[in-house]
Amino acid sequence: MKMLIEGLRGLGRETQAILTRLGFIARFFVALIRRTPESFVRASLTLREIYFSGVLSLAIILVSGLFIGMVLALQGYDILSTYGAGDSLGVLVALSLLRELGPVVAALLFAGRAGSAITAEIGLMKATEQLDAMDMMAVDPISRVAAPRFWGGMISMPLLAAMFSAAAILGAYAIAVPLIGMDSGAFWGNMQAAVDVRVDILNSIVKSLVFGTLVLLIAVFEGYDAKPTAEGVSSATTKTVVYSSLAILAADFILTIFMFRGV
Amino acid sequence: MKRATIDLWVGIFVVLGLVALLFLALQVGNLASVGREAKTYRIEAHFDNIGGLKPRAPVKAAGVVVGRVEQIRFDPKLYEAVAVMNINEKYSFTTDTLASVLTSGLLGEVYIGLDVGGSEEMLVNGSVLPRTQTQSAVVLEKLIGQFFLRESTASSGGK
Repeated sequence: MKMLIEGLRGLGRETQAILTRLGFIARFFVALIRRTPESFVRASLTLREIYFSGVLSLAIILVSGLFIGMVLALQGYDILSTYGAGDSLGVLVALSLLRELGPVVAALLFAGRAGSAITAEIGLMKATEQLDAMDMMAVDPISRVAAPRFWGGMISMPLLAAMFSAAAILGAYAIAVPLIGMDSGAFWGNMQAAVDVRVDILNSIVKSLVFGTLVLLIAVFEGYDAKPTAEGVSSATTKTVVYSSLAILAADFILTIFMFRGV
Repeated sequence: MKRATIDLWVGIFVVLGLVALLFLALQVGNLASVGREAKTYRIEAHFDNIGGLKPRAPVKAAGVVVGRVEQIRFDPKLYEAVAVMNINEKYSFTTDTLASVLTSGLLGEVYIGLDVGGSEEMLVNGSVLPRTQTQSAVVLEKLIGQFFLRESTASSGGK
């Protein structure tokens, strides 16, 4: 009986801790949004963050995009040609990239490349009491440290996702036309007939914006909330990558229900 | 790193991103043709059965895409399927045009094919093609069913 009550208490404590944390994240998000103007007035701070999260992620995004596009072309052609539908390769590649792979994989890479760096940086600033020092000097650490990183990433994310999709489609083209010997007109023509600018491309951008919000909110928050020890910073960085990957995939499922539930 | 260098790289990054978006919109999504498609007129066609026809399926005349299916609905009074099509204004068709639901290849996409008749009058916005002027989709299962029925009656009649 006593054990049962203890167990229930533990469960209650856990639930309460999770709820409190969720509430804290929501409050932090509101605080970030309220400090939006400041990160655009002091644009040099935000530009610096676009450099770190966007420009430095270019290589990994473009190279992975190219490879994913090439693999999609090889695999897709192999299966489609069994049904005599090899000409639809362009459609398969473009739709799978724009609707799913582009935003999702770009966001996962972004979480690993930029999100973890943001968490580690903010966490270390906290561990070395730089954030407290700012507070002492009446400098708001959220508007000075957190908001520029958030908005820098928010600007980078959709651009990176678009570049990922573009690189992948070019990679697929490079495999399909010169290597497999598909007709270039069929590749582009079928693709253009099937891809809808509003349904596919706009939704792709919306997805990348949502994923960007999730990744950056988690990254900035985990850094800000990290325990000020070496161990705390490392566990916060791990949490950023794990949580944002899960959040991206879950959000992708929910968004896909709304966007492509069939006709 | 110097601020000017960072600014330059961010500038390059943003330009690259916008180029990628433009590439997606123009080369992949063919945004340029959306403006061209804007001027259309609308006709309706009544079918017994539309098979696997979907909204946004192409409408073709002589194999050339001349419009798109905008909407498909069921007419509860006539018990017929109604396909609403947007036809490019550049093309006009006679009022006795025959519309049929066709499939490109065995597993290909389903589309509406228009066969022009010899009438003097042309279809205008809001015209309706009645069921006598349409040909329904060939439903493979029905064909197979008919085939089996004929086979079984033939074999039983022979005995």
